[in-house]
Amino acid sequence: MSEKKSLGKVFYNGIIPENPTFRLVLGTCPTLAVTTSALNGLGMGAAATFVLVCSNIAISLLRKFIPDQVRIPAFIVVICTFVTMVQLLMQAFVPSLYESLGIFIPLIVVNCIILARAEAFASKNAPLASAADGLGMGVGFTLALTLMGSIRELIGSGSVFGLSVLGESYEPMILIVLASGGFLTFGLLLGVFNLIVKKIEKKKALKEVQAA
Amino acid sequence: MTMNVLLFMVSCILTHNFIFSRFLGCCPFLGVSSKVETSVSMGLAVTFVMTIASLFCWLIYHLLLVPLDITYMSTISFILVIAALVQFVEMFLKKSSPTLYSALGIYLPLITTNCAVLGVATLNMNEGYGLLQAVLNGTFSALGFLLAIVLMAGVRERLETSHIPACMKGFPITLVSAGLMAVAFMGFQGLVP
Repeated sequence: MSEKKSLGKVFYNGIIPENPTFRLVLGTCPTLAVTTSALNGLGMGAAATFVLVCSNIAISLLRKFIPDQVRIPAFIVVICTFVTMVQLLMQAFVPSLYESLGIFIPLIVVNCIILARAEAFASKNAPLASAADGLGMGVGFTLALTLMGSIRELIGSGSVFGLSVLGESYEPMILIVLASGGFLTFGLLLGVFNLIVKKIEKKKALKEVQAA
Repeated sequence: MTMNVLLFMVSCILTHNFIFSRFLGCCPFLGVSSKVETSVSMGLAVTFVMTIASLFCWLIYHLLLVPLDITYMSTISFILVIAALVQFVEMFLKKSSPTLYSALGIYLPLITTNCAVLGVATLNMNEGYGLLQAVLNGTFSALGFLLAIVLMAGVRERLETSHIPACMKGFPITLVSAGLMAVAFMGFQGLVP
């Protein structure tokens, strides 16, 4: 029972307390580049989640065999293998998504989130916990990317997941789906996220004071 | 010929800037841009590695992967080449030019996981560039990165002393400034036909 609970905690950890995008600010390149639409964000998140879970499990299984000095290159080779698999799978089954994500699929290899989780978690923990960690981080990343993709798509083309929301009369603000919009949206979202976290912490502190 | 090279240079540095239009190398761009001096070192180290990486990845791809028909191995071989290259450059600089080595310092090993380097190698492959064009693309794109990171460092040094709402301090305001800089860079769009 206690095992299960801690697994749940490990999983939850990646979604909010240590959300890779909004809390740790890792993997900024794909976050900025592919979130021009909600679907792209979701696709990128799913691909990264697959790689994260698989590489976390593999590295955790291999953690006793990999010599400490060459662990980083070994991790990169493991990650790279899964990235190549994702790339070939996407090319075969979802060619349109493959086209729109383009160069950022091979670049999952150098996504700092994956290497960071391999180094910080998978190389020290059992396979099951590592899988939970990978899944939590992946879902957190996917949620963040989809949220940003939805916002940019809504403002930039008046739709979400390709469905028109704001109607014909809406004049799309194209700037937001262009490069500069990525930086602006991400910066403002981070600001809002910080504000919410501060409010929650304040409330917690207030409650503790009242309880005492 | 010279005209073409010039146009290509303008396109790589200004209109297709790695940071502001392609989003490659954002991690070091946000992480190492707090001081002008360190950002210059970082930019120079990246320029150095990207130029050599373009050359070697092109050679590996066209002389090894294509003849053997194993182009699906490109990502894994590129990243290994880059990692080995960074290590080699580090050792070489340590022996031959200690001043440059100490100037680049800790930034050299970090470049392995800089997506700009792997990005330029993959771009060269996807666009089907020739050897010379690939190397030029590496150098010029890296110079664009250098320009962006130095400009950003200048802005951030100013931001430190200005009055900013608490929730926007740090990354958020940096990202918003980067967004505004990207808008400015969009003004170069018409330069290359």
